[in-house]
Amino acid sequence: MTAVATSVLRDSSIITWRNLLNIRRIPDLLLGATVQPIMFVLLFAYVFAGSLGGAAYREFLIGGIFAQTVAFNAAFTTMGLANDLHKGIIDRFRSLPISRLAVILGRTTSDLAVNAITLVVMSLTGLLVGWRIHSGFASAAAGYLMLLLFAFAMSWVGALVGLLCRTVEVAQSAGLIWLFPLTFISSAFVPTGNMPGVLKVAAEWNPVTAVADASRELFANTVPATFPPPGGWPGEHSVLYAVLSSVAIIAVFAPLTVVRYRRVARR
Amino acid sequence: MSALAVEAEGLVKTFGSTQALDGIDLQIPQGTVLGLLGPNGAGKTTAVRILSTLLRPDAGWARVAGMDVLTDPHGVRGKIGLSGQYAAVDANLTGFENLYMISRLYGMPRSRARARARALITRFRLDEAAERTAKTYSGGMRRRLDLAGALVANPQVVMLDEPTTGLDPRGRLDTWEVISELVADGAGVLLTTQYLEEADQLADTIAVIDRGRVIARGTSDQLKAQVGGERLEMVLDHAADLPEVAVVLAEIGSGQPTLDAQSRRISIVVDGGAKSLIEALRRLDLQSIPVQDVGLHRPTLDDVFLKLTGHAAESGATP
Repeated sequence: MTAVATSVLRDSSIITWRNLLNIRRIPDLLLGATVQPIMFVLLFAYVFAGSLGGAAYREFLIGGIFAQTVAFNAAFTTMGLANDLHKGIIDRFRSLPISRLAVILGRTTSDLAVNAITLVVMSLTGLLVGWRIHSGFASAAAGYLMLLLFAFAMSWVGALVGLLCRTVEVAQSAGLIWLFPLTFISSAFVPTGNMPGVLKVAAEWNPVTAVADASRELFANTVPATFPPPGGWPGEHSVLYAVLSSVAIIAVFAPLTVVRYRRVARR
Repeated sequence: MSALAVEAEGLVKTFGSTQALDGIDLQIPQGTVLGLLGPNGAGKTTAVRILSTLLRPDAGWARVAGMDVLTDPHGVRGKIGLSGQYAAVDANLTGFENLYMISRLYGMPRSRARARARALITRFRLDEAAERTAKTYSGGMRRRLDLAGALVANPQVVMLDEPTTGLDPRGRLDTWEVISELVADGAGVLLTTQYLEEADQLADTIAVIDRGRVIARGTSDQLKAQVGGERLEMVLDHAADLPEVAVVLAEIGSGQPTLDAQSRRISIVVDGGAKSLIEALRRLDLQSIPVQDVGLHRPTLDDVFLKLTGHAAESGATP
């Protein structure tokens, strides 16, 4: 059992090395994971903040954009796997005596590194528009760890989407579409309290809401005075719910992805 | 137990309403090449994908290097090398990095993986390009790199799916040379191709497949013999002589001669070889019919294919 685990880790670390080498050779790949979130911060911070609470909103916003951005990086995983599939590289991997898990774990791990880069860029942009960490070191570190855990979980969802897409073109749009409702029906940009009935409940239980609220809590950010407090059970336990839902997503999507990986047959 | 590199029986695979494989049996002894010959869509790639554990058959069984592809796919993967129809190299990695990665994934420690990658780079004459990313490679170089990747672990069984499709003549010859070396080293090779010439050159035995079935098998010579004996072919000086010559040839050969007035060409299947040729020339000489060119041709695999399937092998083939 431990021998299997060691070989999975070893093989996936080789795949991770290969993926990171790809990013180093084609840094343009990182545009979506860096420039796009910067654009979102600036747009929301200056277009919406005036109507929604000024400086307090800008600080509120960054936690939301953290959650949104790492969720959107799932599309990075989708594209990476769709490309490998299309180029026959997955066929090569599948003909090697390595664990089925290793290729995907290698991909989600290298994308975790991408997410770390994204979080650094985001934090710096946040500091520029007035976001600050008001909590202690331990709490702030917990905030970043929680964000990375959620990023890792979303990456597994992205992996499944990538393996389900028949072509790279499909992956390009399918990889993004589901992320818009997921991140907008949440407290990422506005509080859930003002949303109508069903949407409000959906937003309250959306892991993105928990991750956004949890990062605000762990970084001790201000919330505009006019915003209603987070509602529902998840709203009262956002850190716990963010961690639990991330673990649940991995527990569900990792096996689904591996099953799908076994079946991908590019004729 | 057995000296068979590959042994398969009754392989069936259906995709939706397409019957890709309709009961295929294959045997490849160690140290020999089986050429799987057929047009596009005949089921060649599906067969390779099943034997390399990428795809599960709907029915039938197969053993590769003595291991069952259904019950022990992991074991099979450790013994095979696969080079697919599309060169599966990472374009953003250098040639060396590509081979190093595969060596590592076969479980070699770092230093051994580096040595193995270097040895393969040299063997496949990629030394000068070793440190360049594979996207700068020509089609032939990419193929060589992909082939090198298939050979990293000195596999007992090598499966090559149309290894020369899209290569220039030089690249094709290179690849042929490598395949001959593999066999000399004792590997069993499954080679799919739509080039009859390639199967003729490389394969010890050939299985002709069409619409998911093996429609003929044997050595290249045996297959050619199926079409009948040699063909006597002549080009005349005057098209007007054709009917007279046809009468003469019909008496010497078997069946009816085929003739083409425009090129003044006439041919017929003969059993007597050179004797038939001399006899034909003697009789035409007696009748003072001038002949521009004459020859005896052994049938090509093209003839075999046409005879077996009723359609030409190259139909639908990519150029």
